Amino acid sequence: MNAPMSPPKKLRVATTSLAGCFGCHMSFLDIDERILKLLELIEFDRSPLTDIKHCGPCDLGIIEGGLCNAENVHVLREFRRNCKIILALGACAINGGLPAQRNHLDLRDVLEEVYQTEHLLGRGGIPNDPELPLPLNKVHPIHEVVKVDYFLPGCPPSADAIWKLLTDLLAGRTPTLGHGLLHYD
Amino acid sequence: MSDTDMIDAVLDRHHHDGTRLMQILRETQEQLGWLSPATLTHIAKAIAWPRAQVEGTADFYSFFHTRPLGRYRVLWSDNITDRMLGNTDLLEAMCKKLWLEPGRVSEDGLVSVDVTSCTGMCDQGPAVLVNCRAITRMTPARVGEMVGLIRSETPLAEWPAEWFAVDDNIRRKDILLAHDLVPGQALAAALERGAEKMLAEIKAARLRGRGGAGFATGLKWEACRSAAGHGAGAAHYVVCNADEGEPGTFKDRVLLTSYAGLVFEGMSIAGLVVGAKKGLLYLRGEYRYLLEPLESALAVRRDAKLLGKNILGTDFEFDIEIHLGAGAYICGEESALIESLEGKPGRPRIRPPFPVTHGYLDQPTTVNNVETLAASCLIAAHGSDWYAQHGTEKSTGSKILSVSGDCERPGIYEYPYGVAVRQVLEDCGASDCQAVQISGPSGMCAAEAEFDRKIAFEDIPTAGAFMVFDETRDMFEVARNFAHFFAHESCGFCTPCRVGTTLVRNLMDKIARNHGSPYDIDELFKLHRLMQGASHCGLGNTACNPIFDTLNKFRPAYEHRLMSLDYEPAFDLDAALSQARQMTGRDDAAAHLKNGAEA
Repeated sequence: MNAPMSPPKKLRVATTSLAGCFGCHMSFLDIDERILKLLELIEFDRSPLTDIKHCGPCDLGIIEGGLCNAENVHVLREFRRNCKIILALGACAINGGLPAQRNHLDLRDVLEEVYQTEHLLGRGGIPNDPELPLPLNKVHPIHEVVKVDYFLPGCPPSADAIWKLLTDLLAGRTPTLGHGLLHYD
Repeated sequence: MSDTDMIDAVLDRHHHDGTRLMQILRETQEQLGWLSPATLTHIAKAIAWPRAQVEGTADFYSFFHTRPLGRYRVLWSDNITDRMLGNTDLLEAMCKKLWLEPGRVSEDGLVSVDVTSCTGMCDQGPAVLVNCRAITRMTPARVGEMVGLIRSETPLAEWPAEWFAVDDNIRRKDILLAHDLVPGQALAAALERGAEKMLAEIKAARLRGRGGAGFATGLKWEACRSAAGHGAGAAHYVVCNADEGEPGTFKDRVLLTSYAGLVFEGMSIAGLVVGAKKGLLYLRGEYRYLLEPLESALAVRRDAKLLGKNILGTDFEFDIEIHLGAGAYICGEESALIESLEGKPGRPRIRPPFPVTHGYLDQPTTVNNVETLAASCLIAAHGSDWYAQHGTEKSTGSKILSVSGDCERPGIYEYPYGVAVRQVLEDCGASDCQAVQISGPSGMCAAEAEFDRKIAFEDIPTAGAFMVFDETRDMFEVARNFAHFFAHESCGFCTPCRVGTTLVRNLMDKIARNHGSPYDIDELFKLHRLMQGASHCGLGNTACNPIFDTLNKFRPAYEHRLMSLDYEPAFDLDAALSQARQMTGRDDAAAHLKNGAEA
């Protein structure tokens, strides 16, 4: 008689939003009731959904958003150290996206304009509390700082695209999105 | 004459014909210095094209300026061979003397200095183009003098004539360059044979295209000949591809300088075979200085009844027109070249249909390399048996090589097909040779172990470039120069090539800044595979060849630049907080970021 199969070990998944708008996470939640099916396969580690503050060893790390400050870099590196696979989710993680629109300006001019020149805002001077992460000179996509294994473009990527990519990854298939799930208009 | 009158004169000369837009824009710009928005509007109206289409063409080509770039526009040829001859220092010195940043126009609108892709003067560099006129052999002294002439606004016509001297540097002649044909001899032989027998002769000689791909010329001509013209403008066309843009290639320049008659005669023979009355020679913009000599060579042939109606007393009619390109490597691809001939941006067409059935103005067109057409004269005059005795079984005849780089005698070498790489190196005086880039960046990089391989379609096919690198050269920097070339020359039409060439360039720059990691090398291989399989045309397909070859044959040149075995950021992370640190006055631990390996 065959021994009863033990339920397969659930895969651990961590997610975070760096310099992003959480739109990719919202789109992720748009998989709707499929999340129940997903939860049979995975358990969440650090994620806005669990409020766990630090990432432990994981199978998959999902990164939304690019890098605009030092804290983003620390979080990204924590993910890379702990996750076997890193997925760059959405336009900002892949290209810098909207936050990178400041890249054609000098950061010093931006800080000066906002905190010193601008009436009302400037009263406290440029915030320099060590609690606050310093902004980077430029906003960077995440693959410029750590190795990224998979990229899912879109602003945001559709729920169906996220679902397809996740189910492929979880099943051990090389993800392919195919027609209709990957388009730029 | 007012600007408008001037433009109208150009337009009249070209019969307000939109398909001649390239020539209209070039001639207008030669007079006005640049193509202002008003100029483009005026031209668009006159040729009854949408303005966006006219602007599309004007924007596409490097040598058309839609903003003023100074009364003197100095462009330094930036091929690796120019680099090896010290062009970077000379450019810097020039900018310093002119108080100028590369790529920026001086405040008084006098001058701008920038780089451009290889201008085909590799055997006599470093080369520059000043207002599209080629100047060779730049030296620190010439830079100084040139700055003086620019400052005093001396017209180009009064600059020292020897600066504009372009030497042929023919070092070895074989059957083509040592030919003894008199003008008209080959054409007369072809006319006597008649079109069909001439075609049979080309096929029997097994002539193959000299542009690199080696397609059978006889098959191409036969396909064009048997295709029917379409509609009201039914006609057949012969196009001579003289858009010699592959870095390191300059043999067509020499053929058009000293063997133009032979090239025109080859075009006429092709016209006879395919049934064309008109031939077009597409001359790259870098060779603008050849336009007038070529026009007068055409006039001489017309006077001698070798062009025009009733050629040599027969009823064969054929004439040739010269079109100038405007600095776009992609136009060496035949369907992009045809688009350009029609006044459009040089974007490769989707094939099939091939140009032999739907080419210039949608009519059957044969596009052949300069050297192929010249070689056809030898077959016409001496017959296929004689021709096929030269070269090898699958590569009959001879091949002209453009030799440059680290050798004592750079220049033009013609050999029968089948010559070993080592033989060429010996003849040109290349000692301590480390590698040869054959057929340009899109060709192959041969290392020492391959020097006994042969130049022939059955072994190493080539369009003619032969760039020599000695032991002191860094093959990584060679490949990086080529990566920049392709990123600049991608036409932008298809994503794999447009994005891929830029990603490759950025990765090469990352490795050059000592920020590279093994992942980046994997990524280069991945991009090579992707671009080879998914690009629209040969540019994207071959753009990673130099990277792939040097990674396989000169891997340590990459590896000793890698920072560590871990992934490395593309930039200095701690320096990326410098501005915020400065503005906040912070210097605590949290105000710093460790770089890759330390993190």
